[in-house]
Amino acid sequence: MKIGALSRLAVLILLGVFLARPDWFGWLFTPLTRNGQAAIYTQNSLLNLTLNHLAIVAAATLAGSIVAIGLAVLVTRPAGREFLPLSRTLANAGQTFPPVAVLALAVPVLGFGAAPTLLALFLYGLLPIFENALAGLASVSPDVQEAARGTGMTDGQRLLRVELPLALPTILAGIRISAIISMGTATIGSTVAASTLGETIIAGLINSNLAFVAQGALVVGALAIIVNTSLFAIERHFSRYRRDQR
Amino acid sequence: MIEIEHLSKFFDETCVVDDVSMTIPGGALAVIVGTSGSGKTTLLRMINRLVEPSSGRILIDGKDISAIPPHELRRQIGYAIQGHGLFPHRTVGQNIATVPHLLGWDAAKVSARVEELLDLFQLDAAEFRDRYPSQLSGGQQQRVGVARALAAAPKLLLMDEPFGALDPIIRARAQEDLRQIQQRLGTTIVLVTHDMNEAIHLGDRIAVMDRAKLLQYDTPQEIVIRPATEFVGELLGSGERPFRLLSLQPLRPYIEPGEAPGAALDVDASLRDALEEALWSGRAAVPVRDGAGKTLGRVTLATAIRQAARPQ
Ligand SMILES: Nc1ncnc2c1ncn2[C@@H]1O[C@H](COP(=O)(O)OP(=O)(O)OP(=O)(O)O)[C@@H](O)[C@H]1O
Ligand SMILES: [Mg+2]
Repeated sequence: MKIGALSRLAVLILLGVFLARPDWFGWLFTPLTRNGQAAIYTQNSLLNLTLNHLAIVAAATLAGSIVAIGLAVLVTRPAGREFLPLSRTLANAGQTFPPVAVLALAVPVLGFGAAPTLLALFLYGLLPIFENALAGLASVSPDVQEAARGTGMTDGQRLLRVELPLALPTILAGIRISAIISMGTATIGSTVAASTLGETIIAGLINSNLAFVAQGALVVGALAIIVNTSLFAIERHFSRYRRDQR
Repeated sequence: MIEIEHLSKFFDETCVVDDVSMTIPGGALAVIVGTSGSGKTTLLRMINRLVEPSSGRILIDGKDISAIPPHELRRQIGYAIQGHGLFPHRTVGQNIATVPHLLGWDAAKVSARVEELLDLFQLDAAEFRDRYPSQLSGGQQQRVGVARALAAAPKLLLMDEPFGALDPIIRARAQEDLRQIQQRLGTTIVLVTHDMNEAIHLGDRIAVMDRAKLLQYDTPQEIVIRPATEFVGELLGSGERPFRLLSLQPLRPYIEPGEAPGAALDVDASLRDALEEALWSGRAAVPVRDGAGKTLGRVTLATAIRQAARPQ
């Protein structure tokens, strides 16, 4: 726990310094260049690319969470139960459709830029959140459900005070998985001119400059690690009642 | 007072509760006993509308409960189930406070009530209040479950096999606690069990159910002396009937003046205790003392044996 928090902090500081002063790290990337290529990508600031990248992932994950959790709640109510198979199929379809295909199909409608990327990430990230929310809601024991009804909670109170809090750690795990997948997948958004860290990777591939590719990949990797461990810590916080068994 | 009138419940085509009528006086402890699947839980759950009857009705203090919104009805009725159903993500204090919160009590009143209940169930507030259910033993969880059911001081308490998961010693203590709490608070209690001992020990009235039907609803004495059907007799266990009858009779009326050797019995014990004590220690009589330790007289083996015979 302590070590986890410390290494998270270390990665965060390292990433911050790199994004603020990438030129300090030129020596590190020079060995990857050939024929005196630039070692650090300067077309756009790495900091801006990172912030845009994060914003797109955050927006897609947030939208995906709202829709997926809402859907999971809906289909686990008595009135919505018949829609369970249908919504499962939809969420599955979102995942089986490759993001690249979504981009290709969305560009003619939405144009170039962030919009098609958002759509692709949103669709791709729905399934893990939806399935985890379903699993979390289903894991609330019948005894506890019965007790919640027996104490006189209304349907809404039961959902907000018992079912969702108990499902929360599992739901958060789904959101974490979805966010991590999106973090990597967002790089392909740059093929349709979205401003993401994919830009440095594509530039590196076009110019055969491994240093650019490495920069993009390392930043994305560091972001994934930070997001993963932070969300994991939050999950643990919300499931603390399960631990500390005597 | 609870009046159950011609109550029936069908699940699909199957009749699970068949035309049950019974009246439970205010302040009484009624026990519903019967074999597995006889419809006890279903009958109980119709009283707080967790199950809606197919026909018939239930009146609580003269009011038809079908006219009360279910969630409001349930806030007036304590409900404790086997396996306790504590909310795992809430502390002991928060669990107990559930119904007072739903009723909108202010924080100070809720807090005082939680303390009072923890005290009543012999759980140290400083130690247990902020623990999660996973940090309690099974017996402690059970007590917290009952404390939660009693939190808003309901006039009516429903209990579905509340002591089923407890070991015999803890169970006996929990039953004693329940008896005392009921007498102190005047709560009407309906308790489901399939343990005839528990029914006779606790019940003012016993309802015997078999295959959806209410076979007999009577005082423990009547049930033991005059079982309505063969099934009720079987449930009592024919070999045990004299002992059950004795266990229903307190010592006090049978104390006679005189000396007796050996350890004394407490005056709150039953004739059954006296019989067992006399037989086991090979004595013809045992002395009886009151709570303060003063000897009141003795009870003879002959008296106990005479009282074990079926009354004519
Ligand atoms: N929701 C339901 N749907 C269909 N059948 C049900 C339902 N609830 C209970 N039953 C059936 O009704 C019958 C009576 O069940 P109930 O739970 O009332 O029995 P019980 O006397 O409490 O038994 P036990 O001692 O095992 O708890 C059983 O056959 C059970 O299968
Ligand atoms: Mg039952």
